[in-house]
Amino acid sequence: MIYLRLFLLFLEIGAVSFGGGYGMLSVIRDEVLSRGMLTEEQLMNFIAVAESTPGPIAINMATFIGSSQGGFLGAFLATLGVILPAFTIILLVAAILKNLLKYRGVQGFLSGVRPAVAALILATAVTMGIRTFFGLGNVYGEFSFNPKGLIILTILILVGLGSKYLLKKKPSPIVLILLSAGLGMLLYGVF
Amino acid sequence: MKKPLPKLLSLFLSFLKIGAFTFGGGYAMIALLENEFVARKKWLGREEFLDVLAVSESTPGPIAVNAATYIGYKVAGVLGSVLSTLAVCLPAFTIIFVISLFFDRFLALTYVGYAFRGVQVAVVYLIASAGIKVLKGLKRDFFTILLAVLVFAAFVTLSLFAVSFSSVFYILICGVLGLALYFVRTLKARGDRKSDEPSAPAENASSEEPTATSDPADAESGSTPGDARKGERREEE
Repeated sequence: MIYLRLFLLFLEIGAVSFGGGYGMLSVIRDEVLSRGMLTEEQLMNFIAVAESTPGPIAINMATFIGSSQGGFLGAFLATLGVILPAFTIILLVAAILKNLLKYRGVQGFLSGVRPAVAALILATAVTMGIRTFFGLGNVYGEFSFNPKGLIILTILILVGLGSKYLLKKKPSPIVLILLSAGLGMLLYGVF
Repeated sequence: MKKPLPKLLSLFLSFLKIGAFTFGGGYAMIALLENEFVARKKWLGREEFLDVLAVSESTPGPIAVNAATYIGYKVAGVLGSVLSTLAVCLPAFTIIFVISLFFDRFLALTYVGYAFRGVQVAVVYLIASAGIKVLKGLKRDFFTILLAVLVFAAFVTLSLFAVSFSSVFYILICGVLGLALYFVRTLKARGDRKSDEPSAPAENASSEEPTATSDPADAESGSTPGDARKGERREEE
């Protein structure tokens, strides 16, 4: 049953993803793609929408994927699932385990989790990049080069670097998303 | 009696506002939270707020939800935490649900489709820069770097060869490795303290068994200067 599956899937995602929204994206991507719920392109579109609307990315993703699979009830259950572990754990910490972070065992566990999460985020980006720019999901797939994508990437990197050194701040994700939307229309539509 | 309704209502409204106006996820929310609860309402002290952050970042789940639950509980108990969490999620849920109703039709427009092909590039860029930022924030010790490199290499290789291996496993295995390393260091520190007999290393080797990939961590644990310090700090408590 799709509702139960959605709820359990997001319960699992909520329980094991450390490091906030981006850390969660790699877990969500894995689970959703391996279950065949979405294609990589659909997922990336969802991520873009989640980034350019207000609110926690994890909640946006859960609601979006839930809704695409099971309408309102699906969205509700997926969101509930992703919230529930965090909510329960934090209540326990706040009420009972006030010193949780001071236990060395917990610190030990986190010292392993942190590098894993950081590496997963970057590896997710690289895997998505390989598919976006070379059309390659895996080595058995068909190779198709996407030079226009690479042009957009180059422009984004230049804008990112320029903004960092000239304006002393990173460009906001929304600005980059809008810019790349414009470039996409121009490059794929006009040329 | 300790929790008058106005406080609950004001908590709810604060988190509703924060949920509706933060773009870019949990980390962007931190400045807003501080401004609202530490500077303006003075419901939390600086120290307490740092506690909230440390706990939110170290427990699983969305940072915004973690922070809302924790602050809600501190300010107004369990009911406070329920209302805060509900409030911080409500705007996102509503907005995304409405978008999801029209998204497919919107995407079917030719030029919107082109725009999203561009946007997908931005998504790759944004995730990569988030990953690099988190990597830069890591500690620079051997164990951390080794785990990060191994996980990265394994993930990219396995997905290129279409081998399915969930991210969940990477996270859990690395957590267990971190825990194992901690036990090894503790045992070693204890062994060193008791006597300088060579039995300590043997002990380590047997306690490190549970995961096959733990060998590098094991080898490393012998040579880290952090070892002794960690042991000492433990003993102080």
